[in-house]
Amino acid sequence: MDRKLPLLLIPVVFCATLLFGTADGAWLAKVPPSDHEKTDPYQGRPDAIAAGRNIFEEHCAKCHGENAEGVKKRPSLRTARIQQQATEGDLHWLLVNGRMKKGMPSWAKLPDPQLWQLVSYLKSLHE
Amino acid sequence: MKVIARLLLSTLAVTLPAAAQERPYFVTYSHEMEEPGNLEIEMFNVVGKPPAANQFLGSNIEFEYGVRTWWTSEFYLDGQATVNDSTIFTGYRWENRFRPLLREHWINPVIYVEFENTSADKALREVVGHDGAPDFVEPNWLARQDKEREIETKLILGSNYRGWNISENIIAEKNLSNDPWEFGYAWAVSRPLKLAASAHKCAFCAERFQAGLEMYGGLGDRDSFGLNRTSHYVGPTVNWSAPNGTTLSFSPQFGLNDYSIPRLYRFGISYEIEQFLGIFLREGN
Repeated sequence: MDRKLPLLLIPVVFCATLLFGTADGAWLAKVPPSDHEKTDPYQGRPDAIAAGRNIFEEHCAKCHGENAEGVKKRPSLRTARIQQQATEGDLHWLLVNGRMKKGMPSWAKLPDPQLWQLVSYLKSLHE
Repeated sequence: MKVIARLLLSTLAVTLPAAAQERPYFVTYSHEMEEPGNLEIEMFNVVGKPPAANQFLGSNIEFEYGVRTWWTSEFYLDGQATVNDSTIFTGYRWENRFRPLLREHWINPVIYVEFENTSADKALREVVGHDGAPDFVEPNWLARQDKEREIETKLILGSNYRGWNISENIIAEKNLSNDPWEFGYAWAVSRPLKLAASAHKCAFCAERFQAGLEMYGGLGDRDSFGLNRTSHYVGPTVNWSAPNGTTLSFSPQFGLNDYSIPRLYRFGISYEIEQFLGIFLREGN
């Protein structure tokens, strides 16, 4: 019986690892260093933040809430993970690639300047 | 009936439109999928006048639904009207698109599978095999006797680069009777007139317009592959996405050889409803 216990633990540990690994925030570890280090060319510009707000209202608010506070299972974008832990480059990477297994689509159909304007707006939410 | 009427009314009352960012293509598919939960209702039309045949209007009404981020399903109802002839329902189609790679790459493949059951179809949503102007000469009563039950597959390849979208489709279609596989192609490029968004809300800003070029045609069939007796079209294309979720598209297209219809005028309108099923779930709460 004692010998079987470690064997039984293997699937338990595997499942737990899988669950924690796919929990929110796991995507940050997948961002390539070159994308992680990218900076927002519109950083802090009021016109970019206003444009980003318009893009957010048109494409994102239905799932993430009018003020990015999250709706039902769709996450808030005001969390410390988004506001502090994730760099501008991380957010840009997330918008380009989405998290398709989790239901977040790719927004690569929006031109790159609009994605950066969206990042400007998201990063302005902590203020 | 009352239940259906109430559902329809409640849908209209709480429908939240989405600002669609549609590509201005009529035949070519891009790799971009419908957002999960969104329903897009589209109507595409084509007007043409083949040599030695009557002018026609071919139409589709399409219901496109984002099942998953990687799976889009679409149902079509087709019809056509021919001058000095008749207006008829020509059939239906059901297509599914699957995106196997779940991240954005330089070239993004999408697998397309469609079943169609049509007859006397003039919507020209694809050109394959030896499709051409002579197909439009038959009167509707005669053309309707030729039932086309077909499986159509496409390999869709799409790329986004510096605001440009470049899309290529390779088409293989098989009539479920004993006809051979037919082949075709489509490609298109487009770009928004302005890449960055305006700081103020506006309906007619340059970023809401997209312009591009589209080309498509047949490549013969398994028994006679090539360009002989095939039709080809090319033309500029443009669309405008309104803030309320409506997109209007237009494209004049030109036949490139005598086997093609000399000119086609395509126009379309689409309306996207965000989180369509959520409307009913919320109503039920």
